[in-house]
Amino acid sequence: MAERTATIASRVGLHARPAAIFAEAAGELDLEVTIAREGEPVEEALDASSILSLMGLGAEYGTTVVLRAEGEGADAALDQLVGILETDHDAE
Amino acid sequence: MSETFTGVGVSAGRVIGPVRRMPDPIAAPADGALLPEGITAEQESARLAEATRTVAAGLKERAATATGDAADVLKATALMASDKSLLKSATKLVASGTCAESAIWEAADAVATQLAALGGYMAERATDVLDVRARIVAELRGVPAPGIPDADEPFVLWAADLAPADTATLDPTRVLALVTSGGGPQSHTAIVARSLGLPAIVAAADTVALVDGDVVFVDGIDGTVVRNPGATETALAEAYASRVALPGFDGVGVLSDGHRVPLLANVGSGSDAKDAAAAGAEGVGLLRTEFCFLGRDTEPSHDEQVQAYRAVFEAFGGSKVVVRTLDAGADKPLPFLTDESEPNPALGVRGYRTDAAVPGVLERQLAAIAEAADGTDAEVWTMAPMISTPAEAAAFATLCAAAGLTTPGVMVEVPSAAVMARQVVSEVAFASIGTNDLTQYTMAADRQLGPLAEFNDPWQPAVLHLIQATCDGGAAAAGGPKPVGVCGEAAADPALAVVLVGLGVATLSMNRRALPAVAAILKRVDRTGAQRLAQLALAAGSAAEARTLVRTALPELNVFGL
Repeated sequence: MAERTATIASRVGLHARPAAIFAEAAGELDLEVTIAREGEPVEEALDASSILSLMGLGAEYGTTVVLRAEGEGADAALDQLVGILETDHDAE
Repeated sequence: MSETFTGVGVSAGRVIGPVRRMPDPIAAPADGALLPEGITAEQESARLAEATRTVAAGLKERAATATGDAADVLKATALMASDKSLLKSATKLVASGTCAESAIWEAADAVATQLAALGGYMAERATDVLDVRARIVAELRGVPAPGIPDADEPFVLWAADLAPADTATLDPTRVLALVTSGGGPQSHTAIVARSLGLPAIVAAADTVALVDGDVVFVDGIDGTVVRNPGATETALAEAYASRVALPGFDGVGVLSDGHRVPLLANVGSGSDAKDAAAAGAEGVGLLRTEFCFLGRDTEPSHDEQVQAYRAVFEAFGGSKVVVRTLDAGADKPLPFLTDESEPNPALGVRGYRTDAAVPGVLERQLAAIAEAADGTDAEVWTMAPMISTPAEAAAFATLCAAAGLTTPGVMVEVPSAAVMARQVVSEVAFASIGTNDLTQYTMAADRQLGPLAEFNDPWQPAVLHLIQATCDGGAAAAGGPKPVGVCGEAAADPALAVVLVGLGVATLSMNRRALPAVAAILKRVDRTGAQRLAQLALAAGSAAEARTLVRTALPELNVFGL
């Protein structure tokens, strides 16, 4: 199981546009990626490709989340997703 | 064969175009409705998945052609439609024997509730989830998606009536005109149409017979809709299309003989006031202070009020700003001030009357207005809504004096105040006529009721007689003549504005968007001409006759397509 932590860099939190960009990227992978707030049990992790789950997570600017995935290419895939979370998409 | 439908024209303009009907809202499926007989859970799940894919694809396609924020919203909505976790929870319900419509309804409900509980921005997204849900259910049922229809060519939008949520997505470059079978001159449809400058007709009950694709001529001036228009209608639409563009308002309301009629703006917030000042308004004739109060459970603090009022005063430094004190009740209930159990709120404890029921709120508001005025050079006038008797006018003047406000006034909306205008206005410094309510009370016709729309017309000669009485009362007031203004929708109708001036109205206050049209027409008449037209309208037997007589005498209206 590959695992990464990331800190939300978007000023508005993981909402709207940043959430859409992230969910879309997670959905394009051949892997099942989960997302959870740091410290929450693995079994409560949510589907990272679900925009509704992401919004329900209520992750604000500065919140740390944990991404997990299993299988071939998991490490590279998670690195890419961490990159998305740690970019301030509203500053573009 | 052409066929004519009659309604009430609420926003001028003449256009021809194809009809698109506003789809019916999606009704909730029965709670936990079961799978149809002979259908397996697998088949139903596949049907549901297919529907979500179709809705998502449709939204994605629209996102691709949209730009900016709209594109982002559509893209996010498309992702919601194809959301795996939403589909998963709905599929679980299907597996337990629920039909697809009920399953997605319930699953989306749970998500929306969760988002609403997060509050703020997320709570607003709950609406998007419910919109997506309605689209999926519409797809499952094989009915058109809810909301403003999508069409390749601009169209005439038909609806029973339009709510604020419907018009939020109304694109004025795609919609040519609005036609509703219900609603009235003060309905949301009418207000939106005027603010977007779209021709509109409301309360045209027989237009329910119109179907998608019918070609119609919409005459927002005469209040008629013609199905299968002929050469006459085509000529009228062409004349409207080639109308002379209105010159911008130069900031001075004046008749052709130099008689000044200051043109003011109705505003409801500080940013509104800035826009109105930029549009050339000579001041504020009606500051609706409800913006400070509405949607709240408790009275706003003194400092909050001072700040809100000052933002408006600063936008109009050196000019007149008429502040209307809190007008709660009827269609604007406030939990800490009004009693919602009243059987007839329009005739209930509303406007100034709430001061007797809940003393203190008005005094505190007047103190906040006085303090806000102190810091600026705006000329602040204060008036109370729903004054019915000279005693109420006198009591309000006393409250204003105690707060240090030197120019108290009354709104004339109740017929008794118009009839008793001399005595009422003698107690204060000025009066302002609220034509919307004055019309509703004179005609005993609820403003919100479509079937009574014909009564709710400020051209009703009975209303004009009461306006005349108010102006006469103001002129004969004790202590010298006192000015009478108009701050209702009537002032925004350029033809009616001429009549009002002829009746003796000193100032006109309106939506800032109406300023150029009213100013342009006032420039074409002199005071004697306006008085002559006012007499014609007073002598008419009906609103329609009054309007026709006056409009015929003002050919300039057609030049500008008004």
